Amino acid sequence: MTTLADVVTKVRSKNAGPFWLTFDIFCAGEAEFGEICAALNTERVAAALQVSSTQLKRFEISDLNVLKFSLPRPQIQGTRHDRDMHGASFANILAELEI
Amino acid sequence: MTKILIPSGALGLGYDRDALARGIAEGPDLIAIDGGSTDSGPHYLGTGTSKYSRSSVKAEWRELMEARARAGVPLVIGTAGTCGADSAVDWMLDITRELAAELGQTLKIATVKSGQGGAAMAEAFAAGRITPLEAAPKISADVLSACTNIVALAGVEQINAALDTGADIVIAGRTTDTAIIAALPIARGAHPGGAWHGAKIGECGALATTSPNSGTILIEFDDAGFTITPMGAEARATPYTVSAHMLYENANPHVLFEPGGHLDVTEASYEALDDRRVRVTGSQWLPSERYTVKLEGARSGGFQTVSLALVRDARYVENIRAWVADIEAQCTEKARTRVNADFSLELRLIGVDATLGPLETSTLSAGEVGVMGIVTAEREDVSREVAKILNPYLLHHPLTEQEEMPTFAFPFSPPEMACGEIFEFCLNHVLELEDPLSAFRIETLEVGP
Repeated sequence: MTTLADVVTKVRSKNAGPFWLTFDIFCAGEAEFGEICAALNTERVAAALQVSSTQLKRFEISDLNVLKFSLPRPQIQGTRHDRDMHGASFANILAELEI
Repeated sequence: MTKILIPSGALGLGYDRDALARGIAEGPDLIAIDGGSTDSGPHYLGTGTSKYSRSSVKAEWRELMEARARAGVPLVIGTAGTCGADSAVDWMLDITRELAAELGQTLKIATVKSGQGGAAMAEAFAAGRITPLEAAPKISADVLSACTNIVALAGVEQINAALDTGADIVIAGRTTDTAIIAALPIARGAHPGGAWHGAKIGECGALATTSPNSGTILIEFDDAGFTITPMGAEARATPYTVSAHMLYENANPHVLFEPGGHLDVTEASYEALDDRRVRVTGSQWLPSERYTVKLEGARSGGFQTVSLALVRDARYVENIRAWVADIEAQCTEKARTRVNADFSLELRLIGVDATLGPLETSTLSAGEVGVMGIVTAEREDVSREVAKILNPYLLHHPLTEQEEMPTFAFPFSPPEMACGEIFEFCLNHVLELEDPLSAFRIETLEVGP
């Protein structure tokens, strides 16, 4: 099985303030960027993150070969239900998706 | 041309001393450093305290104060003491006063306070001057009144007003990360798009270079854009590292909202001047019709007590979900009969899904599981009481009635650890201002031996 992490340079996630979470998927080149954009359709990413696809903002940044997703944080940062203060572990969910 | 030296992404994080010395030798017009962020969580704004240790902050601030004296230029810290609450500004001022005496420096200090009163904010809310941003939680006058701290994020207008006092050092409460860097260039007529964009690229120090840990960078602002030069010996800025930084901790990679308008970098172009410097032009600043500042607020989320037990018995590890579900149900029921107050009890499985919870997809199983009991209640004594009621379950609860009483491992005595009061962020809103300075208080004072 080939995962997203196996084919891209880096997958990271981070808070974008206490109410938003953002994912950056860095691809090594143009061809790979095109493939990843096609493979990771918004519905598939939304399903992995268990949110509706209307909540997911998608940015295809071709100058950098980066695919970016942002969404309202599943739990507001630091509430008693939040498990990850900095939001960096969410990246694993996308990194482990099969490509 | 205005040169801003940024020693590090945050005071207390450390940086490369040689890089700072090289930066001072470049003759900067101002030294700017960020003191905080919401990234560390709501505790700091809730309590109005700093995340970084006083001794680390003092040690690094001492070096910056010495560097400032050598350079003979203003030194500005934004979001002092992690959260930028008024009490954190006072804390930073106290450290500065101590250092001025120790270093024999006589200084003019300007403080910028960003704290907002709950009652005044409730009034502004009623008057329709507080409006939500996307994904904002619902608020009311009660929520605003319940905040232990509300801060407004200052922009360049407030920082420039503080610099206009002729201060050697500006200690600012909550500011946007960029404002302390963009302020002087904008006051001197630099390209506003370039000023805000350069400030965004510089706000995390050398993070936009190939050597993030070297810390120090110099940004030169002019009437068309900006040039970034890393000060670390090995650090290089490339069009890629610089443009990629717009993504960092930013929900929208092309747009950045700031007090008084927004930055749009869609048309920005990045040019390598040599193998370590990058020049950026074409960024746009679009002023808004209304002047707004973002608000941050934190209120109590109750009191918490946690407990940690370790389960190593293979049969228990295999049936860990059934085990904790049974404990949660039984303990909650028992505690309800013994404490006459609301509480919540959660058992989180460390080594199973503690990080991602319901989003976890891995089915790997470890040989042991940490079971973290989290009790949250409106009163501290209730939270501790329920955690003590939980203890016998974590110690001896059997999977079935028909088995010898098990005993599980505890790494601590006492097994319950009080987290004290916890806080939650409750504002993702903007406040409209007639006059940018009206929500901020600037004071000046002399310190020294």
